This record gives sequence, C-alpha cells and structure tokens, in this order.
Amino acid sequence: MASNKKYWKSEAELNPNDSIVETLRQNEFVQDIPVDEFLGDKENLSSSSTNRRDFLKYVGFSTAAATLAACQGPVVKSIPYVVQPESIVPGVANFYATTIANGFDFSSVLVRTREGRPISILNNKYAKVNGGANARVNASVLGLYDSTRLQGPMQNGEAIDWSDLDAAVIAGLNSAKNSGKQIVFLTQTYASPSTTRLVNEFKEAYANVNHITYDAISEDAALNAFQAKYGERALVDYDFSKAELIVSFGADILGDWQGGGFDSGYSKGRIPQNGKMSRHIQFEANMTLSGANADKRVPLKPSEQKVALAKLYAILNNTSAGGTLSESASNAVTSAAAQIKSAGSKAVIVTGLDDENAQAVVLAINEQIKSAAFDTVAPKYTRQGNVKGVNSLVADMKAGRVGVLFMDGVNPSYSLPNASDFNEGLASVGVSVCFSTNVNETTLVSQYVAASSYFLESWGDVQIKKGHYGLMQPTIKELFDTRQFQSSLLKWMGSDKTYYDYIKETWTTSILGESDWNVALHDGVFSVPNTILSDVKTSLIGILNPLESETSAAEIPAVPLASALRDLASTTAANMELTLYSKVGMGDGQMANNPWLQEFPDPITRVSWDNYVTVSKTDAEKLGFVNDHVANGGLDGSYAKVTVNGVSVENVPVIIQPGQAIGTIGLSFGYGKTEGMKSEMQTGVNAYPLYQNFSTTQEVTIEKSEGNHEFACVQLQKTLMGREDIIKETTLEIFNTKDAEHWNKKPMVSLDHQEVPAASVDLWEGFDRSIGHHFNLSIDLNACTGCGACVIACHAENNVPVVGKKEIRLSRDMHWLRIDRYYSSEDTFEQDIDKKTEFDGLTGDKGSLSGFGELEDPSLNPQVAFQPVMCQHCNHAPCETVCPVAATTHSRQGQNHMAYNRCVGTRYCANNCPYKVRRFNWFLYNNNDEFDYHMNNDLGKMVINPDVTVRSRGVMEKCSMCIQKTQKTILDAKRDGRVIEDGEFNTACSSACNNGAMAFGDINDKDSKIADLKESNRMYHLLEYVGTKPNVFYHVKVRNTEEA
Amino acid sequence: MLRNNFNMKKVTYRNQFSKFLGVSLLIGLLFSTSLFSQDEVASAADPAKGKSLFNQNCAACHALNKKMTGPALANVAERLAADEGLDREWMYAWIKNSAGLIASGDAYANKIYNEYNKAAMTAFPTLSNTDIDDILAYTSAPPPAPVVAAGPALVDGAAAPGGLSNEIVLGALLLVFGLLVMMLFMVNKTLRRIAEASGVVIEKEISEKRTPIWKAFAQNQFLVLVTVLFLILGSAYFAYGWMMQVGVDQGYAPIQPIHYSHKIHAGANKIECQYCHSSARVSKHSGIPSLNVCMNCHKSIYEYKGNPEGPTQEDLANGYTNEFYTGEIKKLYAAVGWDEENQKYTGESKPVEWVRIHNLPDYAYFNHSQHVTVGGIECQTCHGPVEEMEIMYQYSPLTMGWCINCHRETNVKVEGNEYYDKIHSELSKKYGVETLTAAQMGGLECGKCHY
Repeated sequence: MASNKKYWKSEAELNPNDSIVETLRQNEFVQDIPVDEFLGDKENLSSSSTNRRDFLKYVGFSTAAATLAACQGPVVKSIPYVVQPESIVPGVANFYATTIANGFDFSSVLVRTREGRPISILNNKYAKVNGGANARVNASVLGLYDSTRLQGPMQNGEAIDWSDLDAAVIAGLNSAKNSGKQIVFLTQTYASPSTTRLVNEFKEAYANVNHITYDAISEDAALNAFQAKYGERALVDYDFSKAELIVSFGADILGDWQGGGFDSGYSKGRIPQNGKMSRHIQFEANMTLSGANADKRVPLKPSEQKVALAKLYAILNNTSAGGTLSESASNAVTSAAAQIKSAGSKAVIVTGLDDENAQAVVLAINEQIKSAAFDTVAPKYTRQGNVKGVNSLVADMKAGRVGVLFMDGVNPSYSLPNASDFNEGLASVGVSVCFSTNVNETTLVSQYVAASSYFLESWGDVQIKKGHYGLMQPTIKELFDTRQFQSSLLKWMGSDKTYYDYIKETWTTSILGESDWNVALHDGVFSVPNTILSDVKTSLIGILNPLESETSAAEIPAVPLASALRDLASTTAANMELTLYSKVGMGDGQMANNPWLQEFPDPITRVSWDNYVTVSKTDAEKLGFVNDHVANGGLDGSYAKVTVNGVSVENVPVIIQPGQAIGTIGLSFGYGKTEGMKSEMQTGVNAYPLYQNFSTTQEVTIEKSEGNHEFACVQLQKTLMGREDIIKETTLEIFNTKDAEHWNKKPMVSLDHQEVPAASVDLWEGFDRSIGHHFNLSIDLNACTGCGACVIACHAENNVPVVGKKEIRLSRDMHWLRIDRYYSSEDTFEQDIDKKTEFDGLTGDKGSLSGFGELEDPSLNPQVAFQPVMCQHCNHAPCETVCPVAATTHSRQGQNHMAYNRCVGTRYCANNCPYKVRRFNWFLYNNNDEFDYHMNNDLGKMVINPDVTVRSRGVMEKCSMCIQKTQKTILDAKRDGRVIEDGEFNTACSSACNNGAMAFGDINDKDSKIADLKESNRMYHLLEYVGTKPNVFYHVKVRNTEEA
Repeated sequence: MLRNNFNMKKVTYRNQFSKFLGVSLLIGLLFSTSLFSQDEVASAADPAKGKSLFNQNCAACHALNKKMTGPALANVAERLAADEGLDREWMYAWIKNSAGLIASGDAYANKIYNEYNKAAMTAFPTLSNTDIDDILAYTSAPPPAPVVAAGPALVDGAAAPGGLSNEIVLGALLLVFGLLVMMLFMVNKTLRRIAEASGVVIEKEISEKRTPIWKAFAQNQFLVLVTVLFLILGSAYFAYGWMMQVGVDQGYAPIQPIHYSHKIHAGANKIECQYCHSSARVSKHSGIPSLNVCMNCHKSIYEYKGNPEGPTQEDLANGYTNEFYTGEIKKLYAAVGWDEENQKYTGESKPVEWVRIHNLPDYAYFNHSQHVTVGGIECQTCHGPVEEMEIMYQYSPLTMGWCINCHRETNVKVEGNEYYDKIHSELSKKYGVETLTAAQMGGLECGKCHY
C-alpha cells in the first residue's frame, strides 16, 4: 500500500531553502575521502620495501610466534634468605606495637608485617589513650613505600654523604657558637620525653639554643588558656564516655580537634544502655562529623558562637551578658544551660574556637560544674605549638640573628600563613637543615636536606597524656639512606649512643620504675598507675624540666574571666565568616601524596580528590554559586575567589553544604601541595595563606569566578527520601517507652493476598547453616561516627586499587566498604517519612510528583545519618542466581564467595545487587602507567597483602567478609587443636572500628557477643523486604532528642 | 601405587645385591691387611671399630686429612709423639676432658686451644682407653677405601640383560619385524622372477568393472559424513586433551643453580622433609630452606664420599661422581660465604636463585600447614617419591580437578583435635557417616581457596 508519509532525514529538511539538503542529495560524502591522494602517490607506494604479500607473511609469522611463545610457562625464581631471621617464617605475619607521632596524629598502634614488610596498621588494644588508628593512621603504612621519598641527604638539591652533612652542620654549630647567633630547632610536636631530654642536653652543649614547636594547625589558644590556669602547657583530656551531656561550641570532637582521639569514648556513651545515652548539642558553622552526629545542631557563625558561649556562662551564673543572638539561637543556649544545670557534673562543655577568652570560659564552666569528663590532672601533650615563638623566629631570621636552623616534621614554607616571610628569612640563616621524608616546599629552600626515616623505621617515645607513654620501634630496616632527627642530634653532640640506647636510658631511669623495659616495648604502651602519677612528675622534672623553656607560666597571665566574657559577648558578626578545618582524610596535609587518602571520600560531602569551599544554599543562591549534576553522572561546581585581609585564594571549587551556617563558609587545610608530589596528587587549593594569626575563624569575602570545577563525588543522592527501611531511627523517648514493633517494624509482604512478615517468605530453599561457623557482621548506627577508619583498613587489607579522580567521577570507585551519608529533607528524618506517607495522588498540594522532588532537597539544617554498607553476604543472594558461570556462590559459613578466576565480567551480578556493593575492574589497575599510584611501582607494591589476590581487568570484586582472616583464625585453632573463642574472628573493618560500631563473629556460637547483638531488639536488615536474608545487620539509630 | 611398590622393591633388591658384594669385598680387604696392622700396632686396637667410633663422635669437627673445626687427625698419635713428645696418656686426658687439661696449664693443650679460636672440644668421659686406642688406630691406619669401579660395575654390567628396558625390547622386536617384512618382500620378488622365468603367468584380477574402493567411498555420502564427523570429533578430542595440558607442568624438572639431590638427602640419609622445610608446619609456604640451615650439616660435611661401593653406572653416565657432588657443596660455600680454609664466614654472601618448581597461580590459595600439620598428610602424597628424586620435579599435575578429587576422597583427620569435636559429631549425624571427607566439611566451596 502506498504511503504518503514523509520521513524526515534531518532537521535541515524543515527549511526547504537550506542549501545543505540539496548538497547532501547530490553527494552524500561532502568531504572527499583521500583515496586518490594515497593511491596516487606511486612513488611512495613503490619505494616501500614491504609489499602486501610480505606484510601478510610478517603478520602470520608474528601471530604464530606469539602463540607459540604463549605456550611457554615463565621461569619463576625463588630466593630464600641466606640467614633466615629467627622471628620470620615466610607466610606468617608478625606484629609489632609502635606509635605514630608525626606532629598531627598521635596513636599507639600495632603494625602487621609479612616477610619483614609492614602491610597494615591496627589498633593497639593495650593502649588506654589514643589506641585507635583513624583513617590517616591506617593509611600511613603506604607512606613508607612512597616512591617519591627522599633517598639520602642533599645539599642544595645535590645528593651528598651523611659525613659531609655532619661536617657542615658541626662547622655551622661552632661558628654560630662563636658568633653568638641563635641555634634554633623548629620542630613538630613530639611530646617525647627522650627528645625533650636530648634537646635539653644539646642546649647545654651549645649555648643560645632555642627550641620552637610549631603545629601547622595550632591549638595555641587552648594551650595558652590551660597554661594560664594550670601552669602547664598542655590540653585538657576529655572522656566523653563519662558525659551524659556534651555541649560543643565549634569543637569537632569527632574530628581532629585538640589532637583527636575522642571518638571512642564518645561512642561508648552513645549506645543506649538501661534506657540512657548521652545527649550532644553542637553549635557550629561548618557541618562537621560532630555536628552530623549531634542530637541537636545549631548552625551559628563563629562570632555568634562566642556570644552564645558568653551567654551560656552568664545563665549558668545567673548574671547577664551583652551581645545579641537570634531568637532560635538564644533559645538553644537557654535550653542548653538548663540541661547543663540538671546534668551537673555529668555535663561537659568544649570549644574549638581559636580564642583564649572562649577557651578560658570553657575551662571555668567545666570547673564550676565539676565535670566528670574533664581531666586536668593528667592532660594531653599532643599539641605543643607556640605561635609567639614561631612569629619571633621569623623576625629573628629576617634580622639575621639565626646561625643554624634545624627543622623536623614541619613544612613551614607550605603551611605558614606568612610563608614568603619565612622563605625570605631562611635565606639569611647561616646553615639551614631540613629533616624530611619527602621533598617539599621547605626542603627546596633549605641548604641541607637530611633525609629522615619514616616512623615505621624509627625509634621513639611519646607521652600522649600525662602518665601514658608510647614507644615507637622500627618495623623494618631503613629502606633508604636515611637517619632520624634524634640520631643525628646524638651524632652532632659527639655521642656514640644510639637513639635506642638513649630512649632505654630515659625509660629505665625515670619512667618505668619497677616495670620491665621489654614488656613495655612489647606492649608499645606504658601507663603509670594513678597513685604514683605525682611521684613520676617530680622524678621526671629532673630530666625534663623545663618542658618548654621559652614559655614559662609567668609569661602568660591568666585572663580575668570578667574581661574575657565582656570580649566574647561584644564580638561583632561579620558579613561573611570563614571557618578553616582539617578534613578527615587529609589532616594538615603531610600525607597528601598518599593515594588512599586522596581517594578517601569525605564523610560529609562524599567528595574525593579535592578540597572546596562549603557554602550554605542561601548564600549560594545569593552569590550565584551552582552545583550541577552533568550527563555523565559527575558533579560540577562553580569556582570562587576567597579573600581574607587582602590575601586571596583563587579558583576554589564550591560545594553547597546543607547545614552550613548562613553567612559562613568553610575551607579545609592540607590540599594544594605541589612540590615533591606526583601530578595526580596535586589536588585542591592551599588554605594556609588564609590562616592568618593562626586563627581558624576569619572575616572573609567570597565572590564567584569563571568556570566550572569537575568534582569526583561518590554519592550524588543527598536525602533518604523517607525510605525508613534503609536507615531506621527513633528517639530515645520512644525507644524507652514503646515496644520494638513501633520503632523497628518488621517489613511485611503479601503472600496469597495475606500480609506476612517478609522474612518468612522464601523463593529459594534454605541452606542449613546451623553446623560449623556462621559469620555475621553487626553495625551499630548509634556508635558509628562516620570516621572512615574502616574504609582505609579495608583498602589496606584487601588490596583495593586506587582508580584516580577521573574514574571516581565516572562512578567507578572500587571501595569495598562505603559509608553512605544521608540528610533529612525536612528538619528531621521522621518528618520526611510523615511527608511521604501523607502523599495523596500524583499532583496537587500533597501530590507525590512534586513531593518527591521536594524530598530530594536537603534541609538547611538537616539531620544526618551515616551507614556503612559493604556486601551484605545474603543467604539468598540475588547476585548468585544471575551469574552465568557460577563465579559467585554462597558458603555454609555465611560468606558470599567471589572466584575472580572464574568471573567473565558480565556485570550482571552488580546490576542485580540491591545494595550496589559490587565493584568492577574496568581497567588493569596495577602495572599500568595510566594509574600511576602505588600498584605501579615496586616500592608501592610492598604494601600488598599477600593473602589476597590482586584482581585483574574485567572481573567483578566485592567485600569477602575478610575470608582470608576467618580462614586463618580457623586454621590456627585447628593447628592448636582447640575451640575458637569468642572475639577471635574479626574482619579488617570490625578490628579497625575503635568505636564499637562494628562487631563480627560466629552466630552459631550461642554465647558470643554477635549472637547477643543479633537477638537485640534494635537489630534490622537492610532492605529486609527484598528477602535476601543478609548476614550483615544494623542496629536502629536512636537519637536523644529530649530537651532538658 | 602397585607400580611404585614394584619399583621400590626392585631398587632395594639391587642395592642389597651390590651392598653384599661391597661388604664381602671390604671384608676380604680387611682380612688381607689385618695381619699387617697387628704387626705394626702392638695393642689389639681395632681400626674398624675405631672408624665407627670416629664417625659417631669425632667426625662433626675432625677429618683425617683436613683442618675443620678441629685439626686434621691422620696419624695424630704418631705426630704428637714425634713433634711434641706427648704420649698416649696425654691423649687420653685430652680427649676425656680437654677443658681440664687446658685449665691445668698444659702448654700444648693451651697452644692448640688458642690456635683454634678457643673453641672448646667436647669432653668424652664415656670413651674408654680402649675406645680411644681404637680411634687412634683408625687415624693411624685408616682402612683403605674400597676399590670401587671394577668389581661392582662389572657385576652391574653382567646383571644388565635381566634389566633390559622395554624400549630396547620393543626396538629389537621392531627390527626383527622389519627384517621379516623385508624378507617377505624379497621372497615374493624372487618367486615372481622364478615364475616369470618358468613362464607361469600370474593372473591379474580383472577389476575394470568394479569401481575403485575410494570412488565407492566418495560416492556414498553417508559414509563420508560419518567419517568426517568422526574425524572432527576425534581431532576435537585430541585438541581438547592437548589444550588442557597447557600450563600443567607435571614433570617439570628445571636445572637448579646448585645440583641438590633429594635422593641423597631424603633418601640415602633419611633426613626428615620438615627438618629443612620447617615452615610447612606453621605456614602456607613450605619454605625453601635458608642457607644457614644447609650449613648446620655442611659445615662439617665438606665433601661427598658417596656410597661405599662408589657411584653406580647410571650415576656415572649422568656425571654424578663424588667430585661432582663435592663441587656442588663448594657452590653452597660460595653462596653462603664460608671460608673453608679458615672455617669462618666471610660475610660476603649471594643468595641462591632457585628455580621454582611448584607454581600455583596467585588466585589459588594453598596452605601447607593445613595439610601437613592439621591433615597429617605425608609430603609424598602430593610431591611423589621425593626420596628417590635425583632431580626434583613436579610429581602431581596441581590442577584444580586434582585438588578437588582428593578433597572428595580424603577423610578429615579429626581424632584428638578439639576443634573438630563439635562440627564432626553434628555433621556425621547429619550425613549419617562415621568419617567425613574434606568435601563434606565444606572443602569444595570456591571461597576456601579463591579469594
């Protein structure tokens, strides 16, 4: 049948006069194909020595040759030790207790070594303080194998011998001594008794020695306030497990505030027990981990936080304070004060404001309420930085008064706000020696670079908290021609002692008392019993006094509280205020060359490979900032120019951050490093130039710049959309008063038109798992702070590849364990659910069409929830049924297996997984120059765990529930012929979790902790109605929302 | 298994036979010299007994003609008597308690003590004077080494026809067969010639009317189809078989940088496998012994003396002479940096780069301790008769099918292992069996070996 339909071939046909239509009708290929040009070039064709037949011969021959060669197995060499060290058995891991003390992170840790190579870092269970490794400490093992490390000492960029360096330094020291110029140590915080003793001895040997401690991110205000009140330069130790009420003014207590390490105590108080849990009120500007975990979060500008703090003090003391606050803020303060009054000594107040007045007021309040969580008797020493000292040093250097400058563990040319002044001064220093493990901004401008050993290659000791000591011991011989700072000092003092001898001497004479050195070394930690703490102090004074000679208590007068309050209350708010912070993944930036940390998604923004300025949605609309999701699934953001006191940082990408206080912006330290870094790691912008007067809060102006930034963000979904089956939560009141079925509803499905519990319906026949082990993993959403230590621990344990910023942007991240972060769209998640259930029809006021659209938008000050998600190891796994080659199968022990060698890469399993936890190897991530991270060089590959396969291109991978660890535990028990005890089984994530959020074990052992946890009424499975019967379960999140 | 037994029996039999010959020869030789030695040494010292005592007590540190940890001892009694004027009594005192003699300030005792780096000689209070006499008799006149090559070698040669290998028999048969065919052909030819000469016409088959067989075959489509099918299936079968052996290195016996003979160590000297491969007990790796383990013994075993009857014909054919083995020991010394002259480590070592024989792919996890310690499986189960291997080779295919089969058939050793108590009782009730195979324990699950 004839049709008169017209088929349009192109848009241009719509316009009958378009010339293109006619042209195409005549000649389909408008541009000539250069056939004639090629074939016409007779000369070139005939002069070619390869004709067609020859070409085919070559192809045939090389194909045949390649085929034949492929049939030949490679010859593998095995090289045993000449003399095998007694402690090493190939294939068996050794563990050494040591301590990281890099000036920013202080933790007592356990290092696992295989065949002499440190391969991962674990928590030291013996440690009473800072025994938990955070994400950065977990990742620090990779820094040992950084291919860009300094391999020996250098002079002005040329490699020299240590003997040359020693001679130059000794000459420099002597000339400084003769000329009367200063000899200055500019170092990180050591908190090390032996180093302090060593420096003091050095001071005796060379007069005019000055030791200045410099923290890139300073706690100077808190230190000054403490010193003024208690006479010692230290920081209060807070034990949040003893607090029933925590009120924080801008203190990120779960982050790096005052050296960090408070999260495990915090989490202890967060698990509801006997109907009780702590309550946490957070006044802050940026959305921090602490704010995200708080029961009540009040977004306030830093200036308003000061006023609020003054008002709080006033209310507690029944006086009044000036200053103005918004109504909601002052209500929040009043309510907080009332709660503090009723909690009494069970309350604690903290602040992260870089303001001596604020710190003094907080000390006063805690003293006043006699807070149980507040420990000034045994304070912490993890920050010692002295701003005044650093400033006077820069002045002295410029004036040419410094003869010799030693730097260790610091990078002032990068991290000082006035780095150019410092560099200028450095030029007039007689001899400058920079100790560093890597090339950085400072080593480039120093005369001598002393390649120092990594902490895993060094000896050391540290007093994290008064009476609590840690020992640092080498876990591997120096990889390169390096020497640690303390050994060099001993050498320059003409001592023939090793630093090991020196530490041992310090410890046996003044720390250990009756205790045994070898036991302390084995444990890695030593705690002085409380009863003799004061005795130790007096005996230590003999060798350690003065701890910081240049700042004695007399220099810092105590701030009169009245004037402090007056100053606080009269703080005026600026139009826009900046809060600088350190990111969970990057800290102060000294580990910026670590690909694990670069790829670690920030817990809050879920952005990796970047820092950015966070602005509130209100301000973003005002200033024209946008965040767009583009077609390939990536997130794009505007650029901004941020200016503080005339110092600008250009091209800062913008993230619109729910919960950011209006009129404030946040920017993180640690990025924008360029020197000594692989090009892939040169990410973000340097925020240190804005860190003026070492204050994290600044008045700021921000304006939009041209262009769009491409973010690598792993989670674009912001809100929970009222899906109560993903994160179940309730309030403490409901939790205490109602039955579990009210707040932990079991999902129902329809079977034969009857509503039945979802768990009772099976599509598959069950598999008997009652015999042998049956592993389960428990995740308590109340204890999880979202810190991400488990993510990096999993990375290290399971040889998870780093894929780089471009691939992350394409959603090809390989993390086996992710921590999802959800915001509420209304003020609370509960209101989201209410809103969703009230949807009525498609359109209209309560229509779901616009309603769901609204639910996609997070609230201005949302509730936040974190949820670690890894393979759920379903007993009825949807991935298994669709695998065409049976590469993924279930096991009797509850683990879902993945046989990489069987996988053909259809990716069907990933599509069928309701939890989206399977990861596909789109590329070969090892030995591939396109992915120039640690798996592309021999040094970096030393960190690989030999018990886990390194996956190749084209295979699917996922969490194995650390089957290599469970199998090892079983084998150890079999070999010893014993029953496995509760607590022996663990996974990388559960053992990395210092907060008690993750527990792992065998539920067939009815007496085990995990079996108890599974019986808990808070237990639920993720997407239980799907019927997958996971072996990972969660505990309902409970929020303590009771005011007063 | 049966074949193995048979082989072993055969080997033992031959060894016994040659041993018998060797021993009788030795006895003969001893007998011929005994008269002479009785004349020389007044006492009734027995050098044969002395030799065994020497080997038991002294050989770890002393050799006859070579300085080791202690001095060379050939003719030591005579030498000391002549040079130092020391008598038997001094020897008795020294051997029974050298430290005492040194402490007593004896000049020569102290001299020798200092000369040998103050390494104290073990005291032998249990040796009687007679024993010492025997030993000294041995050092003074060691029984000559048995004359090797001629006797046993001849006997071996004579015994050869009995042990003819199958190949030779087959070859001979083939030759005979070939000769027969040739003869048949020649006879045929001759007969034809005779027939021709005598005018007999041999009828040729008249075949014009019948189609040749190949044409008939080609015309029968069914037959062609079936044949082609068979050919395809047959070649597919062989191609599959060939391809399945790609990457299976059964029988792989690479040349190693040092010729290490398991046959000598594990076979002749009966050293336990796990003396050297000690990590097999606790680790996933069996471990190639480090060179210091070799030196535990080879510090004093500096040369290969071989079987008393000397190398066999077969060994000689392969070049495995005593000198050859001694040369390999020297290679070890070079690698570990042992200065034989001064009995000291030079500190200059270079690790030996062995060629790895058993290569599992990275994605297959295998743990030795699971099998050796927990399962109590003999090393030979997988590694074959290592004690008979002059050159180590891969005995088992090490394929997954091979692993799986064993897991299906092997019962787990649960006795006396508390770990298995509960799981064994529950599982055996479930399956209704007394003993459980590794497979029933879950040993076939993918993730047990692949992660």
